Amino acid sequence: MKLIAAIVQPHRLDSVRLALTEIGIAGMTVTEVRGYGRQKGHTEIYRGAEYTISFLPKLKIEVALPDERVDDAIAAITRAARTGKIGDGKIFVMDIVAAHRVRTGETGDNAL
Amino acid sequence: MGQGTVINAADTAWMLTATALVLLMTLPALALFYGGLVQAKNILSVLVQCAAVAALCSVLWFACAYSLAYSGDGDWLGDSAAFLLGGLTRGAAHPGTHIPESVYVMFQMTFAVITPALIIGAYVERIRFAAVLLISALWLLIVYAPVAHWVWGGGWLAKKGVMDFAGGIVVHVTAGVSALVIAWMIAPRHEFPHGIRPPHAPWMVMVGASLLWVGWFGFNAGSALSSGADAGMAMLATHLSAASATLVWMAIEWIKFGKPSLVGAVTGTIAGLATITPAAGVAGPLGAVLLGAAASCVCYTAVWAVKRVMSVDDALDVLGVHGVGGAMGTLLLPFVALAGAGGGPLNHPVLEQFSVQAIGVVSAALFSAIATFVITKLADMLVGLRVDREHETQGLDFATHGETGYHINR
Repeated sequence: MKLIAAIVQPHRLDSVRLALTEIGIAGMTVTEVRGYGRQKGHTEIYRGAEYTISFLPKLKIEVALPDERVDDAIAAITRAARTGKIGDGKIFVMDIVAAHRVRTGETGDNAL
Repeated sequence: MGQGTVINAADTAWMLTATALVLLMTLPALALFYGGLVQAKNILSVLVQCAAVAALCSVLWFACAYSLAYSGDGDWLGDSAAFLLGGLTRGAAHPGTHIPESVYVMFQMTFAVITPALIIGAYVERIRFAAVLLISALWLLIVYAPVAHWVWGGGWLAKKGVMDFAGGIVVHVTAGVSALVIAWMIAPRHEFPHGIRPPHAPWMVMVGASLLWVGWFGFNAGSALSSGADAGMAMLATHLSAASATLVWMAIEWIKFGKPSLVGAVTGTIAGLATITPAAGVAGPLGAVLLGAAASCVCYTAVWAVKRVMSVDDALDVLGVHGVGGAMGTLLLPFVALAGAGGGPLNHPVLEQFSVQAIGVVSAALFSAIATFVITKLADMLVGLRVDREHETQGLDFATHGETGYHINR
């Protein structure tokens, strides 16, 4: 089992959700996060003074998957989240040690 | 007192309305205007400072400040005859007007409330709450009451023929200059200048500015103290100056930065309103449009100069927008009166009027600066000016008031 944590532009959420649903992946957790990578921040101007906004708003989408679905999911997220501009985000993949479904007590892939 | 003793229902009805409009300028207009400009962790501190200053200054106005400003005809200060509003009878008209004394006291009270509240913009995000109360109280008695007496209470500037229709000198110069002095004495926020966070809620700044715009009709048109032609022209001039200043500030930013911002546009609005304030009694429509345009050009530069050249953290630009606007309107007033149709009469020929106006601005500015320096020193010794660094970082909302402005996602 793997956990995919994808940091994406907030306005790409719907297309990512759609792309994952289309390949049969249901279920995800979304968190509003702030951060920066190569994009750095941006500046805003109020009353003539420049303010540096270092941390930009992004969404972190977390999806837990059986090992064999990971490549498809990464391809779908990449396709749906990409705008081609700097700041499109990152995808991280981690091992999951265990998974449990709270309602039924199922474990492993059955819990996903 | 002659005809002054006759109460006129139309005048009274308008002045009751105008009074309500001016209180609206502090609560909630100025509170929202300032509140949106600070960081989210300090929103409540600004709101409670505005509310507390309004309440405190109202009670002080009743206790003694009204008397010191408007009772008696001394050159420098009123007398104690109206302490605790003693002698205020129900049926009395205010001398020289057709409105009840009670309405006059209340109308002027709303000015005494908003003027110390304007200064809040200088010291937000780092001041001790006790210092806010102490400075505001002393300032009302030591700066506002005397200057109001000089200009509006029959004091030495009034005798010279100075013209300040709704408070260019009395409200905006005094508040602006004092704000600069306090901001300098309390020292900048620790992130100043490069780590300062942007306004947390520009939409709130716009709501506040819009309420101020409407409330200013009461401030300026109410300063006619009657419901006739002077009030009508003052309202027209006020609105046109605000509109013209809004467009010009927006244009400056659009040209300079490529984007016309909301905060910029509504800052222009306030600059235009502050600038027309002293001149609202003599400006015709054309004069008002020109003065509003000049307001944004000059105030835009002043805001930049205070921050970058003087390096003073007048956090919400009280001097740059209010002080400079009020001074400019007061000085340009004799010329504005002559621009186009609808202007009002001056007390003196143009150049002589200009020199009287200059004496008014300079003397009020100097007096405000010196008195505010002393008041702030005193407050520093008695209660301390600043919260400690840890509380400043945590935000005054929780650190000082035990509340949090936004509980979203908690």
